Amino acid sequence: MSERSKLEVRHLTAWFGKTAAIKDVSLSVPAHTVLAIIGPSGCGKSTFIRCLNRMHELTAGTRVEGSVLIEGEDLYARGVDPVFIRRRVGMVFQRPNVFPTMSIRENVLAGLRLNGVRGDHASILEDTLRRTALWDEVKDRLDESAVRLSGGQQQRLCIARAIAVEPEVLLMDEPASALDPIATARIEELIGELKQGYTIVIVTHNMQQAVRISDDTAFFYLGELVEHGPTKQIFTTPRVPRTEDYVTGKFG
Amino acid sequence: MKSQRSRRAVDLFMTALCGTCTALALIPLASILWLVVRNGAGAISLTFLTALPAPVGETGGGVGNAIAGTLFMVGLAALCGVPLGIGAGVFLAERGDGPLGRTVRFCAEVLGGVPSIVVGIVAWGLIVVPMHRFSALAGAAALAILMIPTLARATEEMIRLVPTALREASLALGVPAWRTSLSVVLRTALGGIVTAVLLALARAAGETAPLLFTALNNQYWNLRPDQPTSSLTVQIYNYAISPYDDWHQKAWAAALTLLLMVGLLNLTARWLAGGRMQRGPA
Ligand SMILES: Nc1ncnc2c1ncn2[C@@H]1O[C@H](COP(=O)(O)OP(=O)(O)OP(=O)(O)O)[C@@H](O)[C@H]1O
Ligand SMILES: [Mg+2]
Repeated sequence: MSERSKLEVRHLTAWFGKTAAIKDVSLSVPAHTVLAIIGPSGCGKSTFIRCLNRMHELTAGTRVEGSVLIEGEDLYARGVDPVFIRRRVGMVFQRPNVFPTMSIRENVLAGLRLNGVRGDHASILEDTLRRTALWDEVKDRLDESAVRLSGGQQQRLCIARAIAVEPEVLLMDEPASALDPIATARIEELIGELKQGYTIVIVTHNMQQAVRISDDTAFFYLGELVEHGPTKQIFTTPRVPRTEDYVTGKFG
Repeated sequence: MKSQRSRRAVDLFMTALCGTCTALALIPLASILWLVVRNGAGAISLTFLTALPAPVGETGGGVGNAIAGTLFMVGLAALCGVPLGIGAGVFLAERGDGPLGRTVRFCAEVLGGVPSIVVGIVAWGLIVVPMHRFSALAGAAALAILMIPTLARATEEMIRLVPTALREASLALGVPAWRTSLSVVLRTALGGIVTAVLLALARAAGETAPLLFTALNNQYWNLRPDQPTSSLTVQIYNYAISPYDDWHQKAWAAALTLLLMVGLLNLTARWLAGGRMQRGPA
């Protein structure tokens, strides 16, 4: 284990009832890097990242074995409150899930307000909306309902909402899967910028995207971690034949 | 494969059948409205809506105190029944899968099926008998008991309609579960819950049986919880069983008044529900 590891996953196994969706996965993510998770549908990518902020246990009948260390502290140690873990490890979901009863402003500030965090909310609002490239589009309609935004704008709003609480790690589950190429490019650009301040784990189905944005890549298959290494190496000289088949589009 | 012709014939037949059934179902509603309006509209006036009932033998008088009494008792019942009903609904939706939740849901179902007159007897035994007097409090308690199970089930359903994705969005921000329930889930379901509350109030306003031997009746204005209180429904009953024609007409007019009040509540509920659906997520 290198000292600079932000996240360290050790022998992680995640269960849905009696079936293991993630089997004995170990890997580490250095601080200020982007890790891309790739693999065919149903291989456990979402399940894996939901274990990194203790969202997996919200589903009835689930169980997690092994450990996940954030800066050396085990998320799954006895007595650790998942609420505090989730403030340190933020999450953006596959489909935009803005709060429909809240305005654009309230959505961005939701994490701060609901947790009673004081501070200069006005400047946090502008800053996060600028970083997600939304400010110019919404600055005149901050008090309108967030559901009036387009799908792509809603997804960027969800990213803004996640970074407004300043987590240390940001988990993203295919954040661009419902977006057009322009909105996708904006989000990829944003991830590049966010890397300065955060450690990012992103699930993607898009190989080119993984190449463009990530430092490391992990390939999952049927709940197992098949190969993990620098993105360049995974895509040019994979060690495992199955990885090669997947990244060259022979299956999956 | 059937010919186009026979398909058309079947289609026509089914459309006609459905149309007839709808018309038949509407007949009772239409006749109620028609009868009540025809017999009651003539007697409604400002005096009728604001005056006390006239003593036996005198003409004139109204249902002012009965309207006030109905509003008062429904309000008292809501004060206790609405928070309890919604609270139970939130509990059932959020924690209702364990043994305690199943027990609560079962009790709510049973309570919901208890005839309202039985609830009235219970309120009589528990409140009227020990207090040695009929009272608005006893009437309101009976109405509250009737409200709680319907509200609990409606609230539970509304909350279960809130997408898991919203709950997870909030939890993923590090918002505690209780705060998520209140500020995100309950707030999203609020439109539906308000509608359910209005419908429950309308139903309570229309109850007669549980008020007959709890709040009884009162010839005068009363807004004290420990006194017998008049209500529109009991007043309609008293007017209707009297031998006087003038009072019969007053029963019709009071019925129309009640119908209008309940109708107004229902319309407000529908209007709120409609607005909520338009504002809802795509
Ligand atoms: N709630 C659940 N209950 C039972 N099994 C589940 C549940 N959610 C997911 N699974 C199973 O766990 C496995 C991994 O699912 P997961 O959602 O993590 O896949 P994924 O890699 O994210 O797929 P996709 O690319 O389609 O999003 C699948 O076999 C799936 O059927
Ligand atoms: Mg997934």
